[in-house]
Amino acid sequence: MPKIVVGAGSCGIAAGAQKVYDALQTELAGKDGATLSITGCNGMCFLEPIVDLYDDQNNLTRLVRVKAQDAEAIVGAALSSDLSAVQDLVISDEDARFLEKQTRIALRHCGVINPEDIDDYENTDGYKAIRKALFEMTPEQVIEEIKISGLAGRGGAGFPTWFKWNAARASEGDEKYLICNADEGDPGAFMDRAVIEGDPHSLIEGMLIGAYAIGAKEAIVYVRAEYPLAIKRLEKAIQQAEEKGYLGENIFGSNFSCKIRIKAGAGAFVCGEETALIESLEGNRGMPRLKPPFPAQEGYWHKPSNINNVETFANVAWILNNGGAAFAAMGTEGSKGTKVFALTGKVRRGGLVEIPMGKTLRDVIFDIGGGIRDGKAFKAVQMGGPSGGCIPADLLDTVIDYKALGATGAIMGSGGMVVMDEGTCMVGMAKFFLDFTAKESCGKCVHCRLGTKRMLEVLTRIVEGEGKPGDIELLEELCYSVKDGALCGLGQTAPNPVLTTLRYFRDEFEAHINEKRCPAGECTALITYSINPEKCVGCTKCARNCPVHAISGSVKAVHSIDPSVCIKCGKCAENCNFGAVEVH
Amino acid sequence: MDCNCSCVHSDLSLMDEVLDTYADTKGSLITILQKAQEIYGYLPMDVIRLISDRTGVKPAKIMGVATFYAQFRLQPVGKYLIMLCKGTACHVNGSDLIEKTVTETLGIKDGETTPDGLFTLKNVACLGCCSLSPVMMINDETYGRLTPQKTKEILAQLAEAAKEEKEHA
Repeated sequence: MPKIVVGAGSCGIAAGAQKVYDALQTELAGKDGATLSITGCNGMCFLEPIVDLYDDQNNLTRLVRVKAQDAEAIVGAALSSDLSAVQDLVISDEDARFLEKQTRIALRHCGVINPEDIDDYENTDGYKAIRKALFEMTPEQVIEEIKISGLAGRGGAGFPTWFKWNAARASEGDEKYLICNADEGDPGAFMDRAVIEGDPHSLIEGMLIGAYAIGAKEAIVYVRAEYPLAIKRLEKAIQQAEEKGYLGENIFGSNFSCKIRIKAGAGAFVCGEETALIESLEGNRGMPRLKPPFPAQEGYWHKPSNINNVETFANVAWILNNGGAAFAAMGTEGSKGTKVFALTGKVRRGGLVEIPMGKTLRDVIFDIGGGIRDGKAFKAVQMGGPSGGCIPADLLDTVIDYKALGATGAIMGSGGMVVMDEGTCMVGMAKFFLDFTAKESCGKCVHCRLGTKRMLEVLTRIVEGEGKPGDIELLEELCYSVKDGALCGLGQTAPNPVLTTLRYFRDEFEAHINEKRCPAGECTALITYSINPEKCVGCTKCARNCPVHAISGSVKAVHSIDPSVCIKCGKCAENCNFGAVEVH
Repeated sequence: MDCNCSCVHSDLSLMDEVLDTYADTKGSLITILQKAQEIYGYLPMDVIRLISDRTGVKPAKIMGVATFYAQFRLQPVGKYLIMLCKGTACHVNGSDLIEKTVTETLGIKDGETTPDGLFTLKNVACLGCCSLSPVMMINDETYGRLTPQKTKEILAQLAEAAKEEKEHA
């Protein structure tokens, strides 16, 4: 029977997928001959809402940017197998290549199966790997297979997964905990949300395998409270798995027992740090602990604990099903397998991109992402969020590998890739991140608590045109003292966005300080608006929209802006239909 | 006994079920605070004292936790809580302009509530809908690809809906 499948991740829903679903449901009411269901986000966020049509032979036709009013045509097409009425909605060949160029492991089921139906997961080899682990492998053999795969922590640090599992297994005591870090706090990263919303059972299966390997009977998923849909789908998945006996006592009739519960985070970026996360789980302020002892020795309630992030767990079942060697066959010498990136910003095709390690940044941004929007020039890509850095155009051929990215001053991080064009001010970008880390610093270490604040003050005065000679040197000194004086990763990496922008875009800092000029034309204190007399047609629209009446001119005559009155709100440029308002 | 001071008097019985379930489970302070906020919309002082009495956790520690996490509020919020995303992708795609639009339209800044109790504006780190940036979430509904015009329309629609609701009530 033909199937109509609506992509219903939270970004799809925000783009209108729920309205499309409701309209399709109304249209299908009382009609036989086609089914309607949902799937998670397939990562083609730039084309949302997306509807997949499968015919009797399971051939897929993908419809994009669908609206509720298209429902009648879609249902008609599904029932009659005549696609002519929906031809305008069919994805273009060029856009389709966004997915074709990817290699999907962590995202293998996202946008393919129904995340709210455990049978759908089982029909795609689901819960096969945990059976294999329980009945054919010892915990040590599981750890060995993960070691062969070369899987490293996908949350940011890139630490070998097998090593953490082995350390937790080796720790004394029979009360151990397995924790999943789903507190995806990096602004610009959303792959973990997509995995939980689109394939919650693969997370559960990966966690069960991890729990078996380290010897834990209890597992906890620490999810951001800002992800209500992810929490809802995961709750449903846990309930379905419990009903089938895949969670709880004597799983699949073996002598392995494990339960999983969800803990909603309360909004603190620092809780992405594993010891802060443990503090938060215990009901305290999320402030990092001194290491050692490491969580593998003394973690949750001072018992041996192992923490991995969502994407890491999402790879585990695939590795056991296909063998560690198959995973290790992809990638580079030091970085194995695939990595998911959240490609956003000024890129033409934004969304989730999973590719083998070893591809270049250019492959991701230009080949898959289609380059920069609106015909502008690429300036930099920000990787690794507030702990990472900005990589400039001349390093676009850097390969995606933990070491190679680290050498640029940025980091692989959790996979946020925010693309910037020539209109983005890099000093403003550095200030943006410092504003974030200064707010999110937990306050435990003086250097982080006060150092980030002082750095933010310096950056603020630079973008406001009040920068002083010596500010760059002061910033650098502060960067190194915060790096050295902070206990946890938040503080140690907080200066990275400043250090990388200073390294690659020092001239922009100098232009702000010495010439009181913002080369990107973004810092309001340093720009002026003027009207190009050759382009102005005298429509008066700018003057009518100016909130302070700074624009004068009569109908059909060239207008002009009085800089002494102008508050640089940008309303004139926003409203001009002729591109006559220019920024200097 | 009624007093004439400005202290709040919440219906504490609403917390019975939550406290019966969690008060004796160690480490559940954050969960209790989350449930309390779901019930009252914020964390009233008398509820914090009640939680302290039942869990044995000192009020100072509860305040420490409540002020540490972005989710908790010690003041009531408006009918519509606008969570404006200030993540990287939204920043690059003009979230500052959207914030300015909200601020100008409603006359409130980050953390403030309109005098009619309708809207509260709160800037948040990242909502994870980066490909729809700039984004805001109002009471669990996400609005993406915002422009100043679209933002104004959404706010006007919500104000209108609230007005109609009031008239029908």
